[in-house]
Amino acid sequence: MSILAYNGGCVVAMRGKDCVAIATDHRFGVQAQTIDTDFEKVHQVAPKMFLGLVGLQTDILTVRERLAFRKKLYEIRENREMTPKVFSSMLSNFLYERRFGPYFIEPVIAGLDPKTSEPFICNMDLIGCPNVPDDFVVAGTCGEQLYGMCETLWKPDLEPDQLFEVISQSMINAFDRDAISGWGASVYIIEKDKITVKKLKTRMD
Amino acid sequence: MFQQMNIQQNFPEYNIPGKQHHDFSPYESNGGSIVAIAGKGYAIIAADTRLSSGYSIHTRKQKKTFKLTDTTVLGSTGCWCDTLSLTSLLAYRMQSYVHTHQKTMSTNAIAQLISVMMYNKRFFPYYVSNVLAGLDEEGNGVVYSYDPIGHCEKTTYRAGGTAGALLQPVLDNQIGYKNQNLAEKPEITKEKAISIATDTFISASERDIYTGDSVVICIITKDGIEEKTVQLRKD
Repeated sequence: MSILAYNGGCVVAMRGKDCVAIATDHRFGVQAQTIDTDFEKVHQVAPKMFLGLVGLQTDILTVRERLAFRKKLYEIRENREMTPKVFSSMLSNFLYERRFGPYFIEPVIAGLDPKTSEPFICNMDLIGCPNVPDDFVVAGTCGEQLYGMCETLWKPDLEPDQLFEVISQSMINAFDRDAISGWGASVYIIEKDKITVKKLKTRMD
Repeated sequence: MFQQMNIQQNFPEYNIPGKQHHDFSPYESNGGSIVAIAGKGYAIIAADTRLSSGYSIHTRKQKKTFKLTDTTVLGSTGCWCDTLSLTSLLAYRMQSYVHTHQKTMSTNAIAQLISVMMYNKRFFPYYVSNVLAGLDEEGNGVVYSYDPIGHCEKTTYRAGGTAGALLQPVLDNQIGYKNQNLAEKPEITKEKAISIATDTFISASERDIYTGDSVVICIITKDGIEEKTVQLRKD
């Protein structure tokens, strides 16, 4: 089995009308054995930007720390906030530095531009090839299931409450068909003036 | 670990200079997806019509549903040559049943027969994903799905084939009302089932390169089998 599927888990992000949403499951396991059911894979890296990391847990932690360091350095040097677009370029370059000995992670970035509030979503492969679509991005061990769900439920210009419903249903029904994802979920809805975090109760098996 | 005895590797002195050796691979994945939904008084089974291998498309017009009786349809994808040998052997076995018992086979009898025929090749399996849809003795819809070695499960909805992983959670949600926390679950009408099946194939053809071109939907009722075709993405 791939090392990317060693710990299990999934992340999905979607664009809505003047908002974005990002969701993750709560499982951390070692192959079939569940270790933790409260493991957050989505991190707030800026007031209106979230980074989801799935894959090998040890690399998730390393990448998160190293990115925080580089981001702080940028903000001290430039004396301005990092936009999601710049952040994703930085992450892409960071991952490509390890082209022949990569971090085994799949990142997802979701956020609003701090100035224009333009929604932004992006995902990458483990060596940093970026993908910036205008609908949704998925990552993790139930990626196929997520593609099927998102492709049927998502439509353009969803309002924040509708977007929450779509991303939650996509996430839950997708990871219910995956043995190494699930055990609860978190959804983050990012709007211009507020961020809503919701914890979802799901089946725990 | 089991090490295969390879003449070229283990006995290099037997190699003939200039002779090329190729490994024979008995299986191929020709792609395709199936969706089947059963309800009160009907069963529908839909399959796309693309037949491919690797990055090339053999044909855009290959039906993957097989009418077995007036109330039973089999959908079969995977290794197309295995589908063909399985279905022709099945036709023979069903004809033999007719001569022995003086009646056509019921859906559950066919379901059992397919399971036995698949398990007969336990150690060199038919590399196929089978979904059987039909009407039971009361005239209500049933769906049976199989793994490649003949394990059989009776359900009310199933997605199979290359886009099976994409479509199954959609059916769980839309047909099984999973994770919707409804007080009562409305019955799925025939029209609703057809529209959901069509929508799932439109979604699947967006993301699965082995699913597309068009989808053939077989609608099985006591009045017979109706067939509908809907066009899908052709890229």
